[in-house]
Amino acid sequence: MPVPRSTESWEELDPEPPDAELRRSDVDSWGRSERVRAVARRLYDPLYRYWFRAEWEGLENIPAEGGALLVSNHAAAIPSDAPVIMHGIEIECQRAVYGLAENLFRALPVIGTLWSRTGGVPAHPDNAYRLLHDDQQLVLVFPEGAKGTGKHYRDRYRLRRFGRGGFVEIAMRAGVPIVPIAVVGAEESMPIVFKSRRLAKLMGLPYFPVTANMLLMGPAGLVTYFPAKFKLRVLPPVRLDVEPDQERYSRSRVMEESEAIRDQIQIALYDMLRARRSVWFG
Amino acid sequence: MRILVTGLGTFWGSRLAQQLERRDDVEVIVGLDTTEPRLPLERTEFVKADSSYSILARIVRATQVDTVLHTHLLVDSTQATGRAIHDVNVIGTMNLLAAAGSAGSTVRKVIVKSSTLVYGSNFQDPLVFREDMTRTRRPRTAVERSLLEAAQFFRDFAQDNPHITVTKLRFSNVLGDDIDTVLSRALAMPVVPEILGFDPRLQFTHEDDVTGALLFATTNDVPGIFNVAGDGEIPWSEVCAVVGKRRVPLPPVLTGWAAELLRVTRVLDLPPEMLALLRYGRCVDNRRFKRAGYRYGYSTIGTVDAFARGMRLEHTIGDNHPSYRYERDVEAFFRHSPAVVHET
Repeated sequence: MPVPRSTESWEELDPEPPDAELRRSDVDSWGRSERVRAVARRLYDPLYRYWFRAEWEGLENIPAEGGALLVSNHAAAIPSDAPVIMHGIEIECQRAVYGLAENLFRALPVIGTLWSRTGGVPAHPDNAYRLLHDDQQLVLVFPEGAKGTGKHYRDRYRLRRFGRGGFVEIAMRAGVPIVPIAVVGAEESMPIVFKSRRLAKLMGLPYFPVTANMLLMGPAGLVTYFPAKFKLRVLPPVRLDVEPDQERYSRSRVMEESEAIRDQIQIALYDMLRARRSVWFG
Repeated sequence: MRILVTGLGTFWGSRLAQQLERRDDVEVIVGLDTTEPRLPLERTEFVKADSSYSILARIVRATQVDTVLHTHLLVDSTQATGRAIHDVNVIGTMNLLAAAGSAGSTVRKVIVKSSTLVYGSNFQDPLVFREDMTRTRRPRTAVERSLLEAAQFFRDFAQDNPHITVTKLRFSNVLGDDIDTVLSRALAMPVVPEILGFDPRLQFTHEDDVTGALLFATTNDVPGIFNVAGDGEIPWSEVCAVVGKRRVPLPPVLTGWAAELLRVTRVLDLPPEMLALLRYGRCVDNRRFKRAGYRYGYSTIGTVDAFARGMRLEHTIGDNHPSYRYERDVEAFFRHSPAVVHET
């Protein structure tokens, strides 16, 4: 994975634009549109409030200003955690959240455009760096990637590996804190009970899941979640004590931080699961 | 300064020569091309060459130029065949650099007008390209391949000739009153094509900023590669809205076939690299050139606005540009006849 690197400082730039306005519509440089996002929020709110009944703790750990990298566990065949986190933080903290996701999304007509208008950004390290460093935004990332969403139900709440720790390196480079978030509920919203490696290979997908939703609801189960109770815990921000914008960072340091954050989320998950009495009522 | 302009017959070559003629510190302007200049020029000497510039070494030696402005990289693949593009962009550049770097050459500065086409358009791309980034997918079209090959020549040339300042400007899509590009032709149609389900982010450079940037590089020493694009970015749907045109969708699958249909029916020629652009868009970081000291005249939206205004005027009164034809004898008379009084 190519690693972004800013070789020149940008602060001394004359910010004065030649024309007063740089854009007329509200589509920003990342393709996110606050108007589309507001419509999406209105449509999604009932699902958030009455279906998943999302409940947060530790929201004060989300910085009120400045960039931060939000890192969370990832689950469900069609991940239900990303919209819940983005929606929740936007309505609770009034801050936009940009969600990094597989850049394959961008290749899909209509869906790709909607995804981008609602705050989705292709997971390229340089995109993340710019959002965090230049624009000081909140960026959500799932370091497990498809390994998290494609795992079998019996492996629920057991974090997969966090790749090569690229997310830590980006936070170091951008000089922003990492905010770990533990999510309970997504695993049960669309659990995978059977996986076919052969079919996945045949169709060129990262995984081909058969979910409990499909078995119980038939075709409707392809897109319908179970009403699992969502609980989210925001952990205290991890400040990485390194100089930003370095040429490179120590591999071992990056892996160490990445493992530590993974452990924190794992411990928080076990803690939350110990307190949970019911999958549906929390 | 003694300046050699390649591609004098192109829009940019003529434009640039016109601007250079106004400067007192420019002693000599020699223009080279296969076709004649498009604008009336006062003192530029026009030399007709073949497309691969084989006579260049002789001209450089004879005229003792110190600056070479290479404006003749073809970027509009609808205007030439793949072979012609290769001849001009690859062989032409090779001959140009060979001449500029030959023993006894007086050239101290080479400026090239390239394109952000070198970055391509692909779903795996970063949303903003910096000068040090490379494309994520191998080029499939002749024009992109030839531009990349030319870029390699320039890189080697700069390394082999540390005493020569090499400036490479990568321009984003250009719009303006006079320039004719694939996108300006698309926007001039009664309805404008888009690809169903895609609304790419684009950037535009105004034609005046293109000459402005080239002149800036001529008069200042700014070695290196620079992206040139107006500030901000704009979705294709908004470009169409500003210009006041409706959009018609092309299918997202088999788009190439649909485009081929438009091409053979002579409605509009949308080459593959433009179809990729209308799908994924392309934006670049323009801050390095600003940091070097260049001040843009137009932002991206300002460029689209200016283009829309020009189009409305043309719609009302028709083409308002006086046509000019180069006549060798007449031009020679103005330049060299003792009967012509030159005001100095």
